[in-house]
Amino acid sequence: MYRIIQKEILAPTITKYVIEAPYVARKRKAGNFVIIRVEETGERIPLTLVDSNIKEGTVTLIVQAIGKTTKALALKNAGGYIMDLMGPLGNPTPIETGKTIACIGGGVGTAELYPITKALKEAGNTIYTIIGARSKELVILEKEMQQVSDTLYITTDDGSYKRKGFVTDQLKELLDTNLGINLVYAIGPLPMMKAVSNLTRPYNVRTVVSLNAVMVDGTGMCGGCRVSVNGQMKFACVDGPEFEGHEVDFDEMLLRNRSYTEMEKISVDRFTEEPHVCKREGMA
Amino acid sequence: MKINVNKMKPSERMKIPRQSSLEQQPDERNRNFTEVSFGVDEERALLEAARCLECQNPVCQEGCPVNIDIRSFVQLVYQKDYVGAVNKIRESNYLPAICGRVCPQEEQCELVCTLGKKHDPVAIGKLERFVADYELKHNLFSPPIIKEHRSEKIAIVGSGPAGLTCAAELAKLGYQVTIFEALHAVGGVLRYGIPEFRLPRTILDLEAERIKALGVKIETNFLVGRTATIDEFLEEWGFNAIFLGTGAGTPQFMGIPGESFNGVYSANEFLTRVNLMKAYKFPEYDTPIKVGKSVAVIGGGNTAMDAVRTSKRLGAEHAYLIYRRSRTEMPARAEEVHHAEEEGIEFMMLTNPTRILGDQNGSVCGIECQKMELGDPDESGRRKPVPSSEPKFVVEVQNVIEAVGQSPNPIIQSTTPGLKTGRKGVVVADDVQRTSREGIFAGGDLSRGGATVILAMRDGKIAANEIHLYLQKKKQ
Ligand SMILES: Cc1cc2nc3c(=O)[nH]c(=O)nc-3n(C[C@H](O)[C@H](O)[C@H](O)COP(=O)(O)OP(=O)(O)OC[C@H]3O[C@@H](n4cnc5c(N)ncnc54)[C@H](O)[C@@H]3O)c2cc1C
Ligand SMILES: Cc1cc2nc3c(=O)[nH]c(=O)nc-3n(C[C@H](O)[C@H](O)[C@H](O)COP(=O)(O)OP(=O)(O)OC[C@H]3O[C@@H](n4cnc5c(N)ncnc54)[C@H](O)[C@@H]3O)c2cc1C
Ligand code: SF4
Ligand code: SF4
Ligand code: FES
Repeated sequence: MYRIIQKEILAPTITKYVIEAPYVARKRKAGNFVIIRVEETGERIPLTLVDSNIKEGTVTLIVQAIGKTTKALALKNAGGYIMDLMGPLGNPTPIETGKTIACIGGGVGTAELYPITKALKEAGNTIYTIIGARSKELVILEKEMQQVSDTLYITTDDGSYKRKGFVTDQLKELLDTNLGINLVYAIGPLPMMKAVSNLTRPYNVRTVVSLNAVMVDGTGMCGGCRVSVNGQMKFACVDGPEFEGHEVDFDEMLLRNRSYTEMEKISVDRFTEEPHVCKREGMA
Repeated sequence: MKINVNKMKPSERMKIPRQSSLEQQPDERNRNFTEVSFGVDEERALLEAARCLECQNPVCQEGCPVNIDIRSFVQLVYQKDYVGAVNKIRESNYLPAICGRVCPQEEQCELVCTLGKKHDPVAIGKLERFVADYELKHNLFSPPIIKEHRSEKIAIVGSGPAGLTCAAELAKLGYQVTIFEALHAVGGVLRYGIPEFRLPRTILDLEAERIKALGVKIETNFLVGRTATIDEFLEEWGFNAIFLGTGAGTPQFMGIPGESFNGVYSANEFLTRVNLMKAYKFPEYDTPIKVGKSVAVIGGGNTAMDAVRTSKRLGAEHAYLIYRRSRTEMPARAEEVHHAEEEGIEFMMLTNPTRILGDQNGSVCGIECQKMELGDPDESGRRKPVPSSEPKFVVEVQNVIEAVGQSPNPIIQSTTPGLKTGRKGVVVADDVQRTSREGIFAGGDLSRGGATVILAMRDGKIAANEIHLYLQKKKQ
């Protein structure tokens, strides 16, 4: 059992959890994730390790409540427990130096991007960060990102905050203004990562994406997280989660991530109909 | 008891036929996950024990990889000392309820049994299960007394049969043992691979409790190599020796077109969803699984057999087993093949898949196959299947499950400098399970690249003995 030390609602549906997990905290590196299981009957899901504190023995997760598991997690409060937490998993981000990097986060992907951006900044790279969100209230980690970026841009789909439009609009502008961007990190919904990869291809700028494949064990044992990269089968949990965006077959992944749509709906409907659901948790 | 076996003359005992298990009816059990076989009852167990010839030279014992004193335990059954019998087994094998159920007896102890020369061999596995279940049902287990407590700490990596056995043997010797397991539950393949209908989880949980009763600590959710490395175990955590029993968990895929369609699973994923995550109880349990009207499982081993029988239980009208050689070459346990047939599994022998077909939504809709013929023997001595001249054909299916082999997970090998590996990434271990690094031992599927439960247990036991010798020597 893993104790939730602190819980903070960052935006509607997006919550930050600080959880006691001393072994994981000690070994966490930027780019790592964990697999958690909230309760005995629960599913195993992957979540990025946004931060850790070795002294306190804690790790930080930032989670968007979109389905049964993430909503069940949202019902837990500080002092409560989650059943399982295992990691750190995945290959840590290779931290390059001397580069000019565009770091692009879409939605809760911004949380996944934060530790990477921080590490890249600490290594002395020049960082242009773009945060994309549907609307103002869904912009997260603005202050934190500001601290680890040379310049921070924000786009909202509806124009309710900063620039109206998509992250790709902003990125295109940056690429066209000859800032010398020679590396792009993009983490967010699949369509966004696909769009960014398509945009940077003609510019010949290396683009790294983090693939949110459906996972079970997270250790390379099931092959459920397989993705096609450069025509080859890779397991996202052990070979990734980061891959070269220009080599990823996004269309295949989009289909694979919809494998269980109907069943996910059954689960979440069943869950929200149950009386214990607390509407104050700020869930959609 | 109608007959008193103890009063029977040897000639009468010779005439007793081999006793068979009581089983659920095939057309009923292929719709549930309850155990297929109820084992033998006391009367049948006594009759079976009476068949044993009490050979001067009990060859059965040599046929058993962990060298169980079979003749003695069978005699104890004959004398109705069931607890004595189970304790006799436990001297050599700490997990009898498991072996009695999943051991390929017909290739081991029962293959060499003297009675088998002229008649059917003694049903050793069934007797093993009987006494283990008897002890369990009547709650007669008492943990062995640990005579001497030792201060040395040993880390066991992986909680499959190799790790569990090694841990039990070392704990019995008085060592401080901790098992580290990556998943949230112990058992390895026994937990996530072998289905409930062959090995009920209550049995597995109980065996795990018995390991804990020896003072063994178990850390789940701990992926060695990532959560901590082997060298950290040795240098910072204060472990004096390490046993690696991480199995051969990485699934192989055939590499045919169409493997990324939805509805294609590795057997590992399919079975893990069902067994470890209990997807068969969806939506009570959250993990989903999608099984269509027709399912094709590729392979001929125990894994394939478990996957295909599970598909049937999840509602597939047609559950096909596609295997490129013929039935006689199938490596699965004979009993499982027999059970599968009874349950209505459709065997497609001498058939090789060449392509998986998908619809516009990216879901599987068929599998294209090629008929095979058996050619000359290959290096394994089995006749090599070669494509026949018949045209390819398509079978309509909504799922394809591949059970075509596994290799060791590389996480530990790649984070432990100096650990020698061999073909397919197996960790090289000598005949007493020592690896290329001092103080590190390995066994089970990790060093064999895919074998059996009992061979994993054998390795765990030999390693425990060797670790004991190693630590004793180091003390001097
Ligand atoms: C490496 C990695 C890191 C991630 N980091 C974060 C993070 O930091 N914060 C965050 O909010 N989300 C993160 N995700 C996504 C998160 O795992 C999913 O949102 C979560 O699994 C949804 O589960 P659910 O039951 O709430 O929703 P469901 O309704 O079950 O599923 C909604 C969607 O989530 C995806 N999904 C469902 N089950 C799984 C599964 N077992 N594994 C992976 N994806 C699944 C599918 O695309 C599905 O359509 C990450 C995913 C990966 C692979
Ligand atoms: C579906 C199926 C059915 C089978 N049926 C039979 C049968 O009927 N009879 C038979 O004799 N054999 C059968 N086998 C084979 C048998 O199960 C294996 O040979 C045996 O389980 C191997 O045992 P093991 O202890 O070496 O490894 P495993 O049982 O594979 O256990 C390894 C454990 O180590 C854990 N692990 C891996 N890496 C790490 C790490 N880095 N850190 C921590 N933990 C880790 C894994 O999660 C796992 O729990 C079957 C196999 C399968 C897949
Ligand atoms: S462990 Fe296996 S080989 Fe040994 S006696 Fe039991 S069934 Fe036979
Ligand atoms: S070989 Fe067969 S008959 Fe002889 S002692 Fe062993 S089990 Fe009994
Ligand atoms: S999640 Fe199972 S192999 Fe990646």
